[in-house]
Formats: sequence, C-alpha cells, structure tokens
Amino acid sequence: MPLGSSGNGLLGIGLLGIENLKREAIQAILDRARDFQFRGDNTFRKLDLLRGKMVVNLFFEASTRTRTSFEIAARRLGADAVSITAQASSVSKGESLVDTLNTLAAMHPDAIIMRHAASGAPHFLQRHLETPIINAGDGTHEHPTQALLDARTILDRGKVLENLRVAIIGDIAHSRVARSNLYLLSRYGAQIVLCGPASLLPRELERIAPGVILTTSMDEAIRDADVIMMLRVQLERQHEAAFPANEYFQFYGLRLEHLRLAKPDVIVMHPGPINRGREISSEVADSQRSVILNQVENGIAIRMAVLEQVLVGPRENAGVAH
Amino acid sequence: MPALLIKNGRVIDPASGRDGIADVWIEDGVIRGVGANLSATGAEVFDASELIVTPGFIDMHVHLREPGFEHAETIETGSRAAAAGGFTSICPMPNTAPINDNATVTSYIAEKARRHAIVNVFPIGAITKGSKGEELAEIGSMRQAGAVAISDDGRPVMNARVMRRAMEFARSFGIPVIDHCEDLHLSAGGDMHEGLESVRLGLRGIPGCSEDVMVARDILLAELTGARYHVAHISSSHAVDMVAFAKSRGLRVTAEATPHHLALADGDMRPYDSNYKMKPPLRSARDVCAVVEGVVRGAIDAIATDHAPHPGSEKMQEFEQCPFGIIGLETALGVALERLVHSGKIGLPRMVELFTTGPARILGLDRGTLAAGASADVTIFSPDRAWTYDVNKSFSKSRNSPYDGYAFRGGPVATVVAGEIVWRC
Repeated sequence: MPLGSSGNGLLGIGLLGIENLKREAIQAILDRARDFQFRGDNTFRKLDLLRGKMVVNLFFEASTRTRTSFEIAARRLGADAVSITAQASSVSKGESLVDTLNTLAAMHPDAIIMRHAASGAPHFLQRHLETPIINAGDGTHEHPTQALLDARTILDRGKVLENLRVAIIGDIAHSRVARSNLYLLSRYGAQIVLCGPASLLPRELERIAPGVILTTSMDEAIRDADVIMMLRVQLERQHEAAFPANEYFQFYGLRLEHLRLAKPDVIVMHPGPINRGREISSEVADSQRSVILNQVENGIAIRMAVLEQVLVGPRENAGVAH
Repeated sequence: MPALLIKNGRVIDPASGRDGIADVWIEDGVIRGVGANLSATGAEVFDASELIVTPGFIDMHVHLREPGFEHAETIETGSRAAAAGGFTSICPMPNTAPINDNATVTSYIAEKARRHAIVNVFPIGAITKGSKGEELAEIGSMRQAGAVAISDDGRPVMNARVMRRAMEFARSFGIPVIDHCEDLHLSAGGDMHEGLESVRLGLRGIPGCSEDVMVARDILLAELTGARYHVAHISSSHAVDMVAFAKSRGLRVTAEATPHHLALADGDMRPYDSNYKMKPPLRSARDVCAVVEGVVRGAIDAIATDHAPHPGSEKMQEFEQCPFGIIGLETALGVALERLVHSGKIGLPRMVELFTTGPARILGLDRGTLAAGASADVTIFSPDRAWTYDVNKSFSKSRNSPYDGYAFRGGPVATVVAGEIVWRC
C-alpha cells in the first residue's frame, strides 16, 4: 500500500505524505493555492466551495499554527470545522487510537485532519478507516502541508524549484519538515543540503532521495544556497543528549555573517515556532531575508487547496473571488 | 493404543544418516523399527507416499504466555499451534508472570503441559531472579524440576559479571545459557532495524551493533568459563561471523535463527504494520543473506520460531506502542522450505537437522531421532503441497503474523507425539 495518495488525485483518499506524491499532484496544489492567496484586500470573502462539508481537526499533539491554519482554511471554503485536542477527548480516558477514530468516523466527517506524535499513526489508521485523512504531522516522519507551503513561499519569491540549492539545517533526524521538504524538492531536481550535528544526521539520508547531500559544516551548507531552512531544535524529541546543548548555537545557529556565504538573494525560512538565540539569531529572523511570516500566510492558502482536492477534487479557478 | 505403521514415506533421520523410502513402526509410544515392508498386526496404517517422514521437530524457543498472559496464549493452545506446525517438542521461555525463575513455576508449567499440551513441553528457566539481570535464579532446582536451559529471553543479562557467574553455574548442571543479545543502551527506544528504512519511516532504530557487542561479550565469557552458550534468534551478519569464529576455536557456542530472519528484511515490512515488529528487528537484506549463509556454513545449528503471541488489541496501535513479537509455529516449515530448500541453499536432510538433531544436541534432549526405543515423535510433511496460511484459522490464540494469506509450497501433513497422531491436515 502506498504511503501517500496514489496517482494524482487526492479526492476521497487524503494526503499522508509527499514521498509517494507525483510531481503533477504537487504542482496542482501549488498552482491552486495561488488562487487562495491573500491579495491585500482585507475584506477576504468566504467561499462556498466546500459548503456542506465537515472536517474534523484531530490533534493528539500540541499545535497552534497548524491547527488554526487548517481551521481557517476549512472555514474560508465554507466547510464546517470541528477541532478536538487529545487532552479534551476520550484519549485521556484510555481509549485506543482506533476506537477514537472509529467513533469520529461514525459521525461521518468528510475528512479527518490529524496530528500525532507517533510516526505512521495516520498510515496505520488509513488501513482501518474509510474517511480520508490529511496528515498534519506524524511523529518524526512527514508534514506534507508544511513542505507544500514552503514550496509556495519559495515560488512567490520568483525562484524556480529546479536546480535550486536548499540548505536544511538543524535536527534532521527528528524532523518531519525536513523529510517532506526533501521529497518535494527532490521531485523538482533541486539540490538539498542537509546539515546538523552528526548525531542528528543519519548517514542513510544520503540515499533517501536524489539530490541529497549531507554535511556537518554550517558554512559548507550555506555556501551558494538559494534557500536556508532552519529547523527548530526539538528538545521534546530528544531521548538523550545527542549533542552538547550549550554549543548548539555556536555551530548550528544561523547568524547574519552566515548569509554572506549564500546567494545574494537567499531567503531564510523556518517552520516555527522559532527559538531566538538557539537555532536562529533575532537579527536574521527579523531581517529582510526572512520569509517566516510569508510561510505562515501561505499555510492557509495551501491548506485550502489541499482540502479542496481531498473533498471535491481539482477545480480550475472556479468560484474564487477576492 | 494400537500400533502405527507409517508406510512408504521418504524417511530422513539425520541422527542415523538414513535417507530413503522406508516404513516406520511405532508401538507403545516408542519407535520399534524403521525399514522396508514392515508389518504389524492390527496396526493403523498411515500412507506417507510422496511425503517426508522425520523425527519430530523441536522448537527450542517459544512463548506460551502461561502462567500470567492466558489472553494471548496458553500451554494448550500453543501446543496445538505447534502440532499444526509439525513440532512435537517446544521449549517455552521463562518470561511469564510470575517469571519461571524457581522450581515451583517450572513444575507448574510441566504439570499444566502434562495435562493439557498435545506436544512435549520442555521449559526454559530464567538466568536471574525476575529476569532482572541482578541475582542468579534457582538454576539447580529448576534443572531438577525439568528446565532444559536457562535464559532471560526478552531481556539480555546486561551485567557481564552476572553473566559470567550464570555460565559457570549452568556449566556445572550441564545446561546451556541462552542469551537474547541486545545492548539495551544501544537499542533504547528503537522500534525497527536502524537503516535507510527506519530513517525513511521516521521510526527509531535498533542498530545491528546492539546485537553484535553482546554476542562478542558472551563468546569471550563462554571461553572464560567453558560454558555451553547459545545465541537466541541471531539476526546480524557480524553475529553470525562471530559464532563461526567461536566454533572454529572449539568453543561450545551454538546459535538459532528464526524463519522470519531467514526470509524478511526491513525493506519487506508493510509500513507501520506491527506484524513486522519484533526483536531482534527484521534487519537489512545483507544481514538476511548472512543468516541464510550461516545456516549453509553450519554456523547456525537450529531453526527456532520465537513464537510470540500478542492479542490483537495490543498489536492494533501506533507502531511505536505495539509490543515486539510475532507468532510463527504454523508457518516455520513453509518458510524454511521456501528460503532454504526450494531456493537450493541446502538439501532436505540439512533442513531436517535444523529442526531435530540441531536443537536436541544443544539442549541435550533424547529426542530428534528415529532410533529403535526412542520416544515415537514423528513429523510427516510434504515438500510440495500448495497451501495458503489463514491466520484466522490458527490454533494460536493470537493473530500477529506477517504471513497471513501467504501461499506456501510445502508444509506439515501429520504430527505424531509418543505414538499418537495429534494433528493431521
């Protein structure tokens, strides 16, 4: 069984990951998201493309921006969105994941948007559930909508994904953002430089997708980069001290002087939430090169496109008005 | 009980070197003779034409879950699954509740088996009290109560000094020490073999090295103590090499491999399906080849299933939450035939050794032979019969098998324990 959706269509299937997504399917989402981008008109009107549809946001792991972003996306398209967090649900009463999902599925939502701390939790559920599942991040595996919104953000800066040099820096081993991004960028023939402390940079990653290079040197990673993606140091995913925490910023924190090594028009990205002074300096985070807030904004447009694809299938500019 | 004549089968008895068409005459629970055109008045006749007739298979590594986890398996249900897999003797590991770390529990298991099991049950006692790896269990009295080996299976003995003492003590009772080789610090938190697949799936890895360092340590301790040392479920290429090396030095070191480690690599896993989750984990394709080669070269002495039943409710969870282990008694022969015999790696006689004389020698059992006077444990199987495994029809109480729906070529046909046909297909 494929890990992601098969073929091009997400309709009725859902979106579990980028790994098995074809380039055309990725492109369709990226293109459609442009129609949903905010154009400076602050009277953004609600659309009715998903009127009568109901989506459930099921978050087993704390998240503010992703959950809110999915909620707003669903509502802007006219769908009803219900959000459930693990603490508020029967999960805290010891109900199993399968039982929780079956209970929700019995209420016939049109899709379940799910975040879970265990890698593969949505893939496991998909085998036992008819309802399409959209993966909003599973453990240390994938976070497909993050990679899509990152790609949209890169494209918005006038860059083309082909032949791009993208440095992804930080705790690669535990990053679902890194995995989804490298699969997406690899589909377009980009060069992906993964960089971090050796203990967080499994050597096997070199064989995970075409175009992936590994380095433990920050300078090497940033040299001639078109895009720098910084990852949050995920202390909650550290099961041991894999690196001396006090040295982290010195060797893997992004500072202004690093940017001189990159292409002049380099952009700096971060999936958030950022830890100023741990993996990125305030000067960089607030600099002209930073597109961190554009990423957040694109999150809504991308999730609108994904929801539309999953719930009603591809549309061409239908019913979009700003 | 009337006599039983198993006629016209190809009799393969590695203990005597016999391999040819013959009849097997069984009476009063013992083998009376093997030869051409035997007859016995009033005997029940089993036509074994086109079939293979061998000493009863021995599985030296199973988990019967009784006492303590009867919702997953019992001595009775486990023994029925064993019979359906062609096994006439099974050795349950001590990780029950309570742990089999004293003669009372050993006797309880032996007595339960005598009343409810349809195959022979030879318990394995714990190495340390509570299998905590600290204080030696009552090894001598467990031996007297019927334990045939000691092991803290499921857990390694992390403390090398404790392992040394266990080996010294076991040696004085003439029983082997079986170790589940896993450095717990290196494997901590891991859910599958560490490699490209674990990185791809975002699952925490169990490096091959966590097995290797313990096998290396144990072999050095075996040399120091002169003990009989056995590696359970060997799965890594380095471990196989080290066992071969120990044998070449004349040490009393043996090893078993499971059918799944002979057949499946990490890349064969259905993603996040806990029916592929066990310890040691399914390793790289290179390791699988090394384990098969270890069988061919003789570094590996036995096939053992590590039959580990878990109820569906425990296996139907997020992958990282699921317990380790799969059931294997009913599919072991099918997998061994496919991977070892049909593939041309070894002949049938060598495969039969792995199921009979191999484990019998390791444990010092008077089984695994068709010699006149031996207990009449006989396995009858077809090397070619096509059949499909349906786990929902398993005799086991549990359903955690990666082989559900798998089409096999060759499998068990009938199982005879102490002269009685306890199962036939």
